[in-house]
Amino acid sequence: MNITKTLDAKGLACPMPIVKTKKTIDMINSGEVLEVLATDKGALNDFKAWAGSAGHIILDQKEEDGVLKFYIQKA
Amino acid sequence: MTVSKWTAADVARYVIEDKKLFILDVRNKDAFEDWKIDGHHFDYLNIPYFELLDGVEEILPQIPEDQELLVVCAKEGSSIMVAEMLSEAGRDAAYLEGGMKSWSMYLEPVKVGDLKDGGELYQFVRLGKGCLSYMAISGGEAAINDAVRFTDIFIDFAKEKGVEIKYVFDTHLHADHISGGCHIAAQTGATYYLPPKDAEEVVFEYTALEDGVTVSLGDSKIEVGALYSPGHTIGSTSFVIDSSYLLTGDILFIDSIGRPDLAGLAEDWVSDLRDTLYKRYRELADDLIVLPAHFMIIDELNENGSVAKRLGNLFAENHGLNMTNEEEFRKTVTENLPPQPNAYQQIRQVNMGKITPDNDEQIEMEIGPNRCAIR
Repeated sequence: MNITKTLDAKGLACPMPIVKTKKTIDMINSGEVLEVLATDKGALNDFKAWAGSAGHIILDQKEEDGVLKFYIQKA
Repeated sequence: MTVSKWTAADVARYVIEDKKLFILDVRNKDAFEDWKIDGHHFDYLNIPYFELLDGVEEILPQIPEDQELLVVCAKEGSSIMVAEMLSEAGRDAAYLEGGMKSWSMYLEPVKVGDLKDGGELYQFVRLGKGCLSYMAISGGEAAINDAVRFTDIFIDFAKEKGVEIKYVFDTHLHADHISGGCHIAAQTGATYYLPPKDAEEVVFEYTALEDGVTVSLGDSKIEVGALYSPGHTIGSTSFVIDSSYLLTGDILFIDSIGRPDLAGLAEDWVSDLRDTLYKRYRELADDLIVLPAHFMIIDELNENGSVAKRLGNLFAENHGLNMTNEEEFRKTVTENLPPQPNAYQQIRQVNMGKITPDNDEQIEMEIGPNRCAIR
């Protein structure tokens, strides 16, 4: 997987992880992949629902040492 | 326009006083469908906050201008953002401080009645989760039933009333919410009672709550007596207070009955549930006022916010008490049951003292409605 950009949203509380992710994904091209690091547990469901409504695809997500990692392919 | 902050107590006044309110709930659709703030005259619009990042103009026509507006989310962050956007767009908007998390935790104390010689009985209504706890007070002493985990609220209430908490009871091992019972007892020196049949795996000290156990409060000797009434769990025990009130735990509710499956043994406990509802309770006086440990829907609240109804009326009106066909009853309480409460197996472990999650973890476990009933 080619990661085009990484957004560090660790320590941010809702709604900031999604707000920043939306701003950042506006800066990459369709088909490119954004990596997002977050620690807000509420982000899990929100990322899924947000990506679904915006048409982006979550290629992968995992949790490492309490950090949630999302790999989002831009629509 | 202005953005104002509401507390869960402010919202509770609107629920109990039957006021109108427009709630813009900005959580995910599934979270909203699962659980929301219920009010008799509340209207709702559910749009997730992440669909509003580009602006709120598109939803303005859906929000009436002549109704008070409260924006709600899980914790409060998103609701502040959306309320500010609405304010910039020319609308007065409020947000709920602490979001659904604080709504889930709010307790409203309601007096349900007087006991003899100046005693009082209070019900603590947890509006957001539908849990009901009780405190009976008489002659400087108090007994608590089915306390939820916010121990300070009960201890402070007792202080305000100038009474000493002597007895703390749980009608059964709860699966939908974390009990405050043993912690209140530890902090106050009160005796903590739990039905031994529910407590086989419990790792802390407790006093066995057996059928017929009776304690008396104060000089007037107001009696709080235990009545073994299995079915929701094998240990489930009801209480009769001052010969006037029947605390039914999770066996009988106002508009529904208890479910027998939360400890995994629905088939085994069906006949116990049947016997309790159709024999044991039938032998009691019709004039007892039923006080359950939960309500499921807002329609079960009385005008003063309490949840209470005469036993005789329930025999006439509650569908679960009027299934003459035993087979129909068995099917109703074992098949097509509603989903179990969130994290119910973990919650049982907490209530046995086997795991001790921190406060945030406890909040997560208790998210959502209680789901202890079958309608």
